[in-house]
Amino acid sequence: MILVHVPGFPGNQTSLNPVGPGAERIEGEFALIFWITAIVYCLVLIALVVYVLRRRHSLNIMPEPMPTTPQSDRWAKVAVSGAMVVTVLLLFIMMIGSFVTGHALGNMNRETAYTIDVYGHQWWWEVHYPNDEPDKTVVTANEIHVPLGVPLRIHGTSRDVIHSFWAPNVQGKRDLMPGYETDVMMQIDQPGRWRGQCAEYCGEQHAHMSFYMVAEPGPQFQQWLSQQAASSVPPSTPQAVRGQQVFLGHACVMCHTVRGTPAGSRVGPDLTHVASRSTIAAGLLPNTIGNLGGWILNAQSIKPGCRMPPNHMTGSELQDLLAYLETLK
Amino acid sequence: MMRLAATTLLLCACAFAGCKREQRVFDPGSSGSQIANGVAVNEVHAGGSVSIPEHGPYEESAYAVGEGKRLFSAFNCAGCHNHGGGGIGPALMDAKWIYGSHPEQIYSTIVQGRPNGMPSFAGKIPDYQVWELVAYVRSLSGQLPTDVAPGRSDEIQVKKAEQAKKKEHSPDQNPQKIQKGQP
Repeated sequence: MILVHVPGFPGNQTSLNPVGPGAERIEGEFALIFWITAIVYCLVLIALVVYVLRRRHSLNIMPEPMPTTPQSDRWAKVAVSGAMVVTVLLLFIMMIGSFVTGHALGNMNRETAYTIDVYGHQWWWEVHYPNDEPDKTVVTANEIHVPLGVPLRIHGTSRDVIHSFWAPNVQGKRDLMPGYETDVMMQIDQPGRWRGQCAEYCGEQHAHMSFYMVAEPGPQFQQWLSQQAASSVPPSTPQAVRGQQVFLGHACVMCHTVRGTPAGSRVGPDLTHVASRSTIAAGLLPNTIGNLGGWILNAQSIKPGCRMPPNHMTGSELQDLLAYLETLK
Repeated sequence: MMRLAATTLLLCACAFAGCKREQRVFDPGSSGSQIANGVAVNEVHAGGSVSIPEHGPYEESAYAVGEGKRLFSAFNCAGCHNHGGGGIGPALMDAKWIYGSHPEQIYSTIVQGRPNGMPSFAGKIPDYQVWELVAYVRSLSGQLPTDVAPGRSDEIQVKKAEQAKKKEHSPDQNPQKIQKGQP
Protein backbone atom coordinates (compact mmCIF):
# COMPACT_ATOMS: atom_id res chain seq x y z
CA MET A 1 0.00 0.00 0.00
CA ILE A 2 2.95 2.30 0.65
CA LEU A 3 4.19 2.44 -2.91
CA VAL A 4 0.79 2.80 -4.51
CA HIS A 5 -0.72 5.20 -2.01
CA VAL A 6 1.89 7.95 -2.32
CA PRO A 7 -0.27 11.08 -2.43
CA GLY A 8 0.17 13.03 -5.62
CA PHE A 9 1.64 10.13 -7.56
CA PRO A 10 2.78 11.91 -10.70
CA GLY A 11 0.73 11.82 -13.81
CA ASN A 12 -2.48 12.75 -15.48
CA GLN A 13 -4.56 10.06 -17.13
CA THR A 14 -3.36 7.39 -14.73
CA SER A 15 -5.44 5.43 -12.29
CA LEU A 16 -2.53 5.53 -9.82
CA ASN A 17 -3.34 9.16 -9.05
CA PRO A 18 -6.99 9.01 -8.00
CA VAL A 19 -8.79 12.31 -7.54
CA GLY A 20 -12.22 10.91 -6.69
CA PRO A 21 -13.79 8.17 -4.57
CA GLY A 22 -14.42 5.91 -7.58
CA ALA A 23 -10.82 5.84 -8.73
CA GLU A 24 -9.65 5.53 -5.10
CA ARG A 25 -11.67 2.33 -4.71
CA ILE A 26 -10.27 0.96 -7.95
CA GLU A 27 -6.74 1.86 -6.93
CA GLY A 28 -7.25 0.16 -3.55
CA GLU A 29 -8.28 -3.05 -5.30
CA PHE A 30 -5.34 -2.69 -7.67
CA ALA A 31 -2.97 -2.27 -4.69
CA LEU A 32 -4.41 -5.36 -2.97
CA ILE A 33 -3.91 -7.56 -6.03
CA PHE A 34 -0.55 -5.98 -6.82
CA TRP A 35 0.92 -6.59 -3.36
CA ILE A 36 -0.46 -10.13 -2.99
CA THR A 37 0.85 -11.22 -6.38
CA ALA A 38 4.14 -9.34 -5.93
CA ILE A 39 4.85 -10.95 -2.54
CA VAL A 40 3.91 -14.43 -3.74
CA TYR A 41 6.07 -13.96 -6.84
CA CYS A 42 9.06 -12.87 -4.73
CA LEU A 43 8.63 -15.78 -2.28
CA VAL A 44 8.51 -18.29 -5.11
CA LEU A 45 11.63 -16.80 -6.71
CA ILE A 46 13.48 -16.76 -3.36
CA ALA A 47 12.60 -20.42 -2.72
CA LEU A 48 13.79 -21.32 -6.21
CA VAL A 49 17.10 -19.48 -5.80
CA VAL A 50 17.73 -20.98 -2.34
CA TYR A 51 17.22 -24.56 -3.53
CA VAL A 52 19.27 -24.03 -6.68
CA LEU A 53 22.13 -22.66 -4.58
CA ARG A 54 21.90 -25.51 -2.08
CA ARG A 55 22.27 -28.12 -4.78
CA ARG A 56 24.61 -26.19 -7.09
CA HIS A 57 27.46 -28.76 -6.62
CA SER A 58 25.41 -31.58 -8.00
CA LEU A 59 24.25 -29.70 -11.09
CA ASN A 60 27.06 -30.89 -13.42
CA ILE A 61 26.21 -34.55 -12.92
CA MET A 62 23.03 -36.43 -13.60
CA PRO A 63 21.05 -35.81 -10.39
CA GLU A 64 20.08 -38.86 -8.44
CA PRO A 65 16.44 -39.07 -7.41
CA MET A 66 16.27 -37.82 -3.84
CA PRO A 67 15.87 -40.65 -1.37
CA THR A 68 12.45 -40.54 0.23
CA THR A 69 11.44 -41.68 3.67
CA PRO A 70 7.94 -41.86 5.15
CA GLN A 71 8.93 -38.76 7.15
CA SER A 72 9.85 -36.72 4.03
CA ASP A 73 6.73 -37.92 2.20
CA ARG A 74 4.61 -36.58 5.02
CA TRP A 75 6.40 -33.23 4.92
CA ALA A 76 5.94 -33.00 1.17
CA LYS A 77 2.22 -33.66 1.56
CA VAL A 78 1.95 -30.98 4.24
CA ALA A 79 3.90 -28.46 2.14
CA VAL A 80 1.89 -29.03 -1.06
CA SER A 81 -1.52 -28.96 0.65
CA GLY A 82 -0.45 -25.91 2.71
CA ALA A 83 0.55 -24.05 -0.47
CA MET A 84 -2.78 -25.00 -2.07
CA VAL A 85 -4.73 -23.73 0.92
CA VAL A 86 -2.78 -20.45 0.92
CA THR A 87 -3.32 -20.04 -2.84
CA VAL A 88 -7.06 -20.60 -2.62
CA LEU A 89 -7.24 -18.29 0.39
CA LEU A 90 -5.39 -15.50 -1.43
CA LEU A 91 -7.56 -15.93 -4.53
CA PHE A 92 -10.61 -15.65 -2.28
CA ILE A 93 -9.21 -12.49 -0.66
CA MET A 94 -8.74 -10.92 -4.10
CA MET A 95 -12.17 -12.06 -5.22
CA ILE A 96 -13.85 -10.65 -2.11
CA GLY A 97 -11.87 -7.42 -2.55
CA SER A 98 -13.06 -7.21 -6.16
CA PHE A 99 -16.63 -7.86 -5.04
CA VAL A 100 -16.44 -5.19 -2.33
CA THR A 101 -14.97 -2.69 -4.83
CA GLY A 102 -17.66 -3.43 -7.41
CA HIS A 103 -20.33 -3.17 -4.75
CA ALA A 104 -18.99 0.17 -3.52
CA LEU A 105 -18.80 1.54 -7.08
CA GLY A 106 -22.37 0.37 -7.67
CA ASN A 107 -23.47 2.07 -4.46
CA MET A 108 -22.21 5.50 -5.52
CA ASN A 109 -25.64 6.32 -6.94
CA ARG A 110 -27.16 9.46 -5.38
CA GLU A 111 -30.55 10.92 -6.12
CA THR A 112 -29.09 14.40 -5.90
CA ALA A 113 -26.21 13.76 -8.29
CA TYR A 114 -25.56 16.40 -10.93
CA THR A 115 -26.38 14.90 -14.33
CA ILE A 116 -24.28 15.49 -17.44
CA ASP A 117 -25.15 13.84 -20.76
CA VAL A 118 -22.25 12.54 -22.83
CA TYR A 119 -22.60 11.27 -26.41
CA GLY A 120 -19.75 9.48 -28.11
CA HIS A 121 -19.16 10.33 -31.77
CA GLN A 122 -16.52 9.26 -34.24
CA TRP A 123 -14.19 10.86 -32.94
CA TRP A 124 -15.25 13.41 -30.39
CA TRP A 125 -17.46 13.82 -27.33
CA GLU A 126 -20.70 15.75 -27.30
CA VAL A 127 -21.56 17.06 -23.82
CA HIS A 128 -24.96 18.34 -22.70
CA TYR A 129 -25.83 19.97 -19.39
CA PRO A 130 -29.60 19.43 -19.21
CA ASN A 131 -31.73 22.09 -17.61
CA ASP A 132 -35.45 22.25 -16.91
CA GLU A 133 -35.54 25.48 -18.88
CA PRO A 134 -34.61 24.41 -22.39
CA ASP A 135 -32.97 27.71 -23.30
CA LYS A 136 -30.47 27.18 -20.48
CA THR A 137 -29.36 23.80 -21.74
CA VAL A 138 -25.64 23.93 -22.42
CA VAL A 139 -24.13 22.01 -25.34
CA THR A 140 -20.38 21.78 -25.64
CA ALA A 141 -17.74 19.30 -26.74
CA ASN A 142 -14.67 17.50 -25.45
CA GLU A 143 -14.29 19.64 -22.32
CA ILE A 144 -16.45 18.58 -19.39
CA HIS A 145 -16.49 21.20 -16.67
CA VAL A 146 -17.74 19.76 -13.39
CA PRO A 147 -18.32 21.16 -9.90
CA LEU A 148 -15.77 20.06 -7.31
CA GLY A 149 -16.76 17.54 -4.64
CA VAL A 150 -20.27 16.98 -5.98
CA PRO A 151 -21.60 13.55 -6.98
CA LEU A 152 -21.93 13.43 -10.78
CA ARG A 153 -24.02 11.21 -12.96
CA ILE A 154 -22.58 10.80 -16.44
CA HIS A 155 -25.50 9.72 -18.59
CA GLY A 156 -24.00 8.39 -21.76
CA THR A 157 -24.77 6.80 -25.09
CA SER A 158 -23.22 6.66 -28.52
CA ARG A 159 -24.28 8.22 -31.79
CA ASP A 160 -22.52 5.68 -34.00
CA VAL A 161 -20.30 2.82 -32.81
CA ILE A 162 -19.34 1.57 -29.34
CA HIS A 163 -17.14 4.02 -27.44
CA SER A 164 -15.88 3.85 -23.87
CA PHE A 165 -15.77 6.80 -21.51
CA TRP A 166 -12.66 6.62 -19.36
CA ALA A 167 -11.07 9.28 -17.20
CA PRO A 168 -8.66 7.06 -15.22
CA ASN A 169 -8.05 9.59 -12.45
CA VAL A 170 -11.75 9.83 -11.75
CA GLN A 171 -13.52 6.53 -12.34
CA GLY A 172 -13.35 3.25 -14.23
CA LYS A 173 -14.40 2.72 -17.82
CA ARG A 174 -17.96 2.74 -19.03
CA ASP A 175 -18.89 1.61 -22.52
CA LEU A 176 -21.24 3.86 -24.46
CA MET A 177 -23.37 1.78 -26.81
CA PRO A 178 -25.52 2.97 -29.69
CA GLY A 179 -29.18 2.63 -28.80
CA TYR A 180 -28.50 1.95 -25.12
CA GLU A 181 -28.22 4.54 -22.36
CA THR A 182 -26.00 4.03 -19.38
CA ASP A 183 -25.25 5.89 -16.14
CA VAL A 184 -21.92 6.06 -14.38
CA MET A 185 -21.43 7.86 -11.08
CA MET A 186 -18.31 9.83 -10.28
CA GLN A 187 -16.99 12.63 -8.17
CA ILE A 188 -13.84 14.76 -8.36
CA ASP A 189 -12.33 16.09 -5.14
CA GLN A 190 -9.23 17.75 -6.52
CA PRO A 191 -9.35 20.80 -8.79
CA GLY A 192 -7.59 20.45 -12.11
CA ARG A 193 -7.84 19.23 -15.70
CA TRP A 194 -8.07 15.44 -15.78
CA ARG A 195 -7.53 13.88 -19.17
CA GLY A 196 -9.72 11.06 -20.40
CA GLN A 197 -9.76 8.94 -23.51
CA CYS A 198 -12.00 6.65 -25.49
CA ALA A 199 -11.11 3.15 -24.29
CA GLU A 200 -12.89 1.04 -26.91
CA TYR A 201 -11.48 0.87 -30.42
CA CYS A 202 -13.89 2.88 -32.55
CA GLY A 203 -12.16 3.49 -35.89
CA GLU A 204 -9.21 5.23 -37.53
CA GLN A 205 -8.97 8.11 -35.08
CA HIS A 206 -9.74 6.22 -31.87
CA ALA A 207 -6.37 7.31 -30.47
CA HIS A 208 -7.28 10.97 -31.04
CA MET A 209 -10.58 10.84 -29.19
CA SER A 210 -9.76 12.37 -25.84
CA PHE A 211 -11.46 14.79 -23.49
CA TYR A 212 -10.72 16.79 -20.37
CA MET A 213 -12.69 16.82 -17.16
CA VAL A 214 -12.18 20.28 -15.67
CA ALA A 215 -13.01 20.28 -11.96
CA GLU A 216 -13.58 23.71 -10.46
CA PRO A 217 -15.25 25.05 -7.29
CA GLY A 218 -19.03 25.44 -7.35
CA PRO A 219 -19.34 29.21 -7.92
CA GLN A 220 -16.72 29.14 -10.69
CA PHE A 221 -18.55 26.24 -12.33
CA GLN A 222 -21.91 28.04 -12.14
CA GLN A 223 -20.32 31.09 -13.73
CA TRP A 224 -18.91 28.96 -16.54
CA LEU A 225 -22.29 27.27 -17.00
CA SER A 226 -24.28 30.50 -17.28
CA GLN A 227 -21.68 31.91 -19.68
CA GLN A 228 -21.93 28.76 -21.85
CA ALA A 229 -25.73 28.88 -21.80
CA ALA A 230 -25.74 32.29 -23.46
CA SER A 231 -26.10 32.63 -27.21
CA SER A 232 -23.18 33.89 -29.23
CA VAL A 233 -22.59 37.63 -29.20
CA PRO A 234 -23.17 39.20 -32.64
CA PRO A 235 -19.82 40.13 -34.21
CA SER A 236 -18.82 43.76 -33.75
CA THR A 237 -15.76 44.35 -35.93
CA PRO A 238 -16.18 44.51 -39.74
CA GLN A 239 -13.77 41.60 -40.14
CA ALA A 240 -15.76 39.42 -37.75
CA VAL A 241 -18.99 40.37 -39.52
CA ARG A 242 -17.46 39.22 -42.81
CA GLY A 243 -16.25 36.09 -41.03
CA GLN A 244 -19.78 35.29 -39.92
CA GLN A 245 -20.91 35.59 -43.53
CA VAL A 246 -18.16 33.16 -44.53
CA PHE A 247 -19.32 30.77 -41.81
CA LEU A 248 -22.95 30.93 -42.89
CA GLY A 249 -22.17 30.81 -46.61
CA HIS A 250 -19.73 27.90 -46.61
CA ALA A 251 -19.82 24.24 -45.71
CA CYS A 252 -19.41 25.07 -41.97
CA VAL A 253 -23.12 25.70 -41.63
CA MET A 254 -24.02 22.22 -42.86
CA CYS A 255 -22.64 20.56 -39.73
CA HIS A 256 -22.06 23.06 -36.93
CA THR A 257 -24.23 25.06 -34.57
CA VAL A 258 -23.59 28.62 -33.46
CA ARG A 259 -26.50 29.55 -31.21
CA GLY A 260 -27.80 32.99 -32.06
CA THR A 261 -27.29 32.49 -35.81
CA PRO A 262 -29.17 30.41 -38.42
CA ALA A 263 -26.45 27.75 -38.11
CA GLY A 264 -28.11 24.92 -36.20
CA SER A 265 -26.86 21.59 -37.47
CA ARG A 266 -25.91 18.93 -34.96
CA VAL A 267 -23.48 16.81 -36.97
CA GLY A 268 -20.27 18.37 -35.66
CA PRO A 269 -19.38 20.02 -32.35
CA ASP A 270 -21.35 23.06 -31.17
CA LEU A 271 -19.19 26.11 -31.88
CA THR A 272 -21.18 28.72 -29.94
CA HIS A 273 -18.33 29.10 -27.43
CA VAL A 274 -15.52 27.41 -29.32
CA ALA A 275 -12.96 30.06 -28.34
CA SER A 276 -13.52 29.29 -24.65
CA ARG A 277 -12.30 25.73 -25.11
CA SER A 278 -8.62 24.99 -24.72
CA THR A 279 -8.26 22.30 -27.38
CA ILE A 280 -9.66 21.47 -30.80
CA ALA A 281 -10.16 18.14 -32.56
CA ALA A 282 -11.02 16.24 -29.33
CA GLY A 283 -7.97 17.23 -27.34
CA LEU A 284 -5.57 16.73 -30.24
CA LEU A 285 -4.32 20.30 -30.69
CA PRO A 286 -4.22 23.41 -28.50
CA ASN A 287 -6.87 25.89 -29.57
CA THR A 288 -4.69 28.48 -31.24
CA ILE A 289 -5.59 30.55 -34.27
CA GLY A 290 -2.93 28.80 -36.35
CA ASN A 291 -4.11 25.31 -35.45
CA LEU A 292 -7.68 26.32 -36.08
CA GLY A 293 -6.78 27.68 -39.52
CA GLY A 294 -4.94 24.50 -40.46
CA TRP A 295 -7.81 22.41 -39.16
CA ILE A 296 -10.39 24.31 -41.23
CA LEU A 297 -8.33 24.19 -44.44
CA ASN A 298 -7.49 20.50 -44.30
CA ALA A 299 -8.51 18.56 -41.23
CA GLN A 300 -7.77 15.36 -43.15
CA SER A 301 -4.04 16.03 -43.01
CA ILE A 302 -4.25 16.30 -39.21
CA LYS A 303 -6.80 13.62 -38.37
CA PRO A 304 -7.26 11.42 -41.47
CA GLY A 305 -10.72 9.94 -41.74
CA CYS A 306 -12.42 12.44 -39.47
CA ARG A 307 -15.76 13.84 -40.58
CA MET A 308 -14.51 17.37 -41.25
CA PRO A 309 -14.03 17.86 -45.01
CA PRO A 310 -11.15 19.88 -46.43
CA ASN A 311 -12.39 23.42 -47.09
CA HIS A 312 -11.32 25.64 -49.90
CA MET A 313 -11.35 29.33 -49.16
CA THR A 314 -9.27 32.33 -50.04
CA GLY A 315 -6.75 33.72 -47.59
CA SER A 316 -8.88 36.70 -46.71
CA GLU A 317 -11.96 34.54 -46.21
CA LEU A 318 -10.01 32.31 -43.84
CA GLN A 319 -8.67 35.31 -41.89
CA ASP A 320 -12.19 36.72 -41.56
CA LEU A 321 -13.56 33.36 -40.46
CA LEU A 322 -10.81 32.93 -37.86
CA ALA A 323 -11.45 36.44 -36.56
CA TYR A 324 -15.11 35.55 -36.20
CA LEU A 325 -14.40 32.24 -34.45
CA GLU A 326 -12.09 34.05 -32.02
CA THR A 327 -15.04 36.20 -30.92
CA LEU A 328 -17.03 33.10 -29.92
CA LYS A 329 -15.87 33.18 -26.32
CA MET B 1 1.11 -34.98 -47.52
CA MET B 2 -1.36 -34.06 -50.25
CA ARG B 3 -3.82 -32.90 -47.64
CA LEU B 4 -1.17 -30.66 -46.02
CA ALA B 5 -0.27 -29.11 -49.38
CA ALA B 6 -3.92 -28.54 -50.20
CA THR B 7 -4.54 -26.91 -46.82
CA THR B 8 -1.51 -24.66 -47.22
CA LEU B 9 -2.64 -23.69 -50.70
CA LEU B 10 -6.13 -22.91 -49.43
CA LEU B 11 -4.79 -20.78 -46.57
CA CYS B 12 -2.53 -18.88 -48.99
CA ALA B 13 -5.51 -18.29 -51.28
CA CYS B 14 -7.48 -16.95 -48.33
CA ALA B 15 -4.61 -14.66 -47.34
CA PHE B 16 -4.26 -13.33 -50.87
CA ALA B 17 -8.01 -12.77 -51.14
CA GLY B 18 -7.61 -10.21 -48.36
CA CYS B 19 -4.98 -8.25 -50.28
CA LYS B 20 -7.30 -6.43 -52.63
CA ARG B 21 -8.79 -3.89 -50.26
CA GLU B 22 -10.37 -0.83 -51.72
CA GLN B 23 -8.54 2.40 -51.14
CA ARG B 24 -10.17 4.95 -48.89
CA VAL B 25 -9.38 8.47 -49.99
CA PHE B 26 -9.77 10.71 -46.98
CA ASP B 27 -8.23 13.78 -48.54
CA PRO B 28 -9.89 14.17 -51.94
CA GLY B 29 -7.24 16.62 -53.16
CA SER B 30 -7.62 20.19 -54.20
CA SER B 31 -10.09 19.73 -57.02
CA GLY B 32 -12.36 17.35 -55.14
CA SER B 33 -12.68 19.48 -52.05
CA GLN B 34 -13.73 22.52 -54.03
CA ILE B 35 -17.10 23.73 -52.94
CA ALA B 36 -19.72 22.66 -55.45
CA ASN B 37 -20.95 25.90 -56.97
CA GLY B 38 -23.91 25.78 -59.20
CA VAL B 39 -25.55 28.72 -60.83
CA ALA B 40 -27.59 31.20 -58.88
CA VAL B 41 -31.12 29.90 -58.91
CA ASN B 42 -33.17 32.65 -60.46
CA GLU B 43 -34.71 33.40 -63.83
CA VAL B 44 -31.94 35.79 -64.87
CA HIS B 45 -29.46 33.30 -66.17
CA ALA B 46 -26.39 34.72 -67.81
CA GLY B 47 -23.83 32.83 -69.84
CA GLY B 48 -23.87 29.42 -71.40
CA SER B 49 -24.21 26.01 -69.92
CA VAL B 50 -22.92 25.22 -66.47
CA SER B 51 -19.87 23.04 -66.35
CA ILE B 52 -20.40 20.02 -64.19
CA PRO B 53 -17.13 18.66 -62.85
CA GLU B 54 -16.14 15.15 -63.72
CA HIS B 55 -17.10 12.74 -61.02
CA GLY B 56 -14.53 10.41 -59.57
CA PRO B 57 -14.89 6.65 -59.09
CA TYR B 58 -17.39 7.16 -56.28
CA GLU B 59 -19.86 4.61 -57.57
CA GLU B 60 -17.22 1.89 -57.36
CA SER B 61 -16.22 2.65 -53.77
CA ALA B 62 -18.19 1.14 -50.91
CA TYR B 63 -16.57 3.67 -48.58
CA ALA B 64 -17.78 6.61 -50.67
CA VAL B 65 -21.31 5.19 -50.86
CA GLY B 66 -21.25 4.59 -47.11
CA GLU B 67 -20.15 8.18 -46.57
CA GLY B 68 -22.96 9.28 -48.86
CA LYS B 69 -25.39 7.36 -46.69
CA ARG B 70 -24.06 9.09 -43.58
CA LEU B 71 -24.28 12.51 -45.25
CA PHE B 72 -27.82 11.75 -46.42
CA SER B 73 -28.85 11.73 -42.76
CA ALA B 74 -26.37 14.38 -41.60
CA PHE B 75 -27.54 16.97 -44.12
CA ASN B 76 -31.15 16.05 -43.37
CA CYS B 77 -32.00 14.82 -46.86
CA ALA B 78 -34.03 12.25 -44.90
CA GLY B 79 -36.12 15.13 -43.56
CA CYS B 80 -37.97 15.37 -46.88
CA HIS B 81 -37.10 12.25 -48.84
CA ASN B 82 -37.27 9.93 -45.84
CA HIS B 83 -34.83 7.06 -46.15
CA GLY B 84 -35.67 6.77 -49.81
CA GLY B 85 -39.39 6.31 -49.44
CA GLY B 86 -40.29 9.94 -49.93
CA GLY B 87 -42.56 12.21 -47.95
CA ILE B 88 -42.40 15.93 -48.43
CA GLY B 89 -40.02 15.27 -51.29
CA PRO B 90 -40.29 12.56 -53.93
CA ALA B 91 -39.28 8.97 -53.27
CA LEU B 92 -35.75 8.08 -54.34
CA MET B 93 -36.00 4.30 -54.28
CA ASP B 94 -38.33 3.92 -57.27
CA ALA B 95 -37.91 4.31 -61.01
CA LYS B 96 -39.65 7.69 -61.33
CA TRP B 97 -37.15 10.48 -61.70
CA ILE B 98 -38.56 13.94 -62.37
CA TYR B 99 -35.18 15.46 -63.17
CA GLY B 100 -33.30 12.41 -64.36
CA SER B 101 -31.40 9.59 -62.73
CA HIS B 102 -28.00 10.06 -64.35
CA PRO B 103 -25.25 10.93 -61.86
CA GLU B 104 -24.81 14.32 -63.54
CA GLN B 105 -28.52 15.01 -63.36
CA ILE B 106 -28.70 14.14 -59.66
CA TYR B 107 -25.62 16.29 -59.10
CA SER B 108 -27.34 19.26 -60.74
CA THR B 109 -30.48 18.68 -58.72
CA ILE B 110 -28.55 18.79 -55.46
CA VAL B 111 -26.39 21.75 -56.38
CA GLN B 112 -28.96 23.88 -58.19
CA GLY B 113 -32.09 22.95 -56.31
CA ARG B 114 -35.44 22.28 -57.95
CA PRO B 115 -38.84 23.95 -57.85
CA ASN B 116 -41.35 23.08 -55.16
CA GLY B 117 -39.02 22.69 -52.24
CA MET B 118 -35.64 21.20 -53.15
CA PRO B 119 -33.14 23.80 -51.90
CA SER B 120 -29.91 24.61 -53.68
CA PHE B 121 -26.83 23.41 -51.84
CA ALA B 122 -24.48 25.45 -54.04
CA GLY B 123 -21.54 26.76 -52.03
CA LYS B 124 -22.42 24.62 -49.05
CA ILE B 125 -21.14 21.12 -49.78
CA PRO B 126 -17.69 20.14 -51.06
CA ASP B 127 -17.78 18.67 -54.53
CA TYR B 128 -16.68 15.19 -53.54
CA GLN B 129 -19.41 14.96 -50.90
CA VAL B 130 -22.04 15.82 -53.52
CA TRP B 131 -20.75 12.92 -55.61
CA GLU B 132 -20.87 10.65 -52.57
CA LEU B 133 -24.49 11.67 -52.06
CA VAL B 134 -25.19 11.04 -55.74
CA ALA B 135 -23.69 7.56 -55.49
CA TYR B 136 -25.76 6.77 -52.41
CA VAL B 137 -28.98 8.12 -53.89
CA ARG B 138 -28.46 5.92 -56.94
CA SER B 139 -27.92 2.90 -54.70
CA LEU B 140 -31.40 3.48 -53.26
CA SER B 141 -32.96 2.28 -56.49
CA GLY B 142 -30.45 -0.52 -56.88
CA GLN B 143 -28.34 1.04 -59.62
CA LEU B 144 -24.98 0.26 -58.05
CA PRO B 145 -23.21 -3.10 -57.89
CA THR B 146 -24.22 -5.07 -54.80
CA ASP B 147 -20.65 -5.20 -53.50
CA VAL B 148 -20.65 -1.40 -53.27
CA ALA B 149 -24.12 -0.66 -51.88
CA PRO B 150 -24.47 -0.47 -48.10
CA GLY B 151 -25.40 -3.82 -46.59
CA ARG B 152 -27.24 -2.68 -43.50
CA SER B 153 -28.94 0.32 -41.92
CA ASP B 154 -28.74 1.79 -38.44
CA GLU B 155 -32.40 2.72 -38.67
CA ILE B 156 -35.27 0.37 -37.98
CA GLN B 157 -35.64 -1.84 -41.03
CA VAL B 158 -38.67 -0.82 -42.99
CA LYS B 159 -37.16 -1.69 -46.30
CA LYS B 160 -34.49 -3.95 -47.65
CA ALA B 161 -30.93 -2.77 -47.40
CA GLU B 162 -29.59 -1.03 -50.47
CA GLN B 163 -27.48 -4.07 -51.19
CA ALA B 164 -30.51 -6.31 -51.52
CA LYS B 165 -32.48 -3.79 -53.55
CA LYS B 166 -33.49 -5.01 -56.95
CA LYS B 167 -32.60 -2.83 -59.84
CA GLU B 168 -35.55 -0.57 -60.53
CA HIS B 169 -34.56 0.38 -64.05
CA SER B 170 -31.56 0.54 -66.24
CA PRO B 171 -30.64 4.07 -67.14
CA ASP B 172 -28.63 2.85 -70.11
CA GLN B 173 -31.61 1.25 -71.83
CA ASN B 174 -33.69 4.34 -71.71
CA PRO B 175 -31.32 7.27 -71.33
CA GLN B 176 -32.80 10.49 -70.15
CA LYS B 177 -31.49 13.62 -71.77
CA ILE B 178 -28.95 15.51 -69.72
CA GLN B 179 -29.93 19.14 -69.63
CA LYS B 180 -26.87 20.93 -68.45
CA GLY B 181 -27.41 24.41 -67.17
CA GLN B 182 -31.18 24.30 -67.08
CA PRO B 183 -32.27 25.05 -63.56
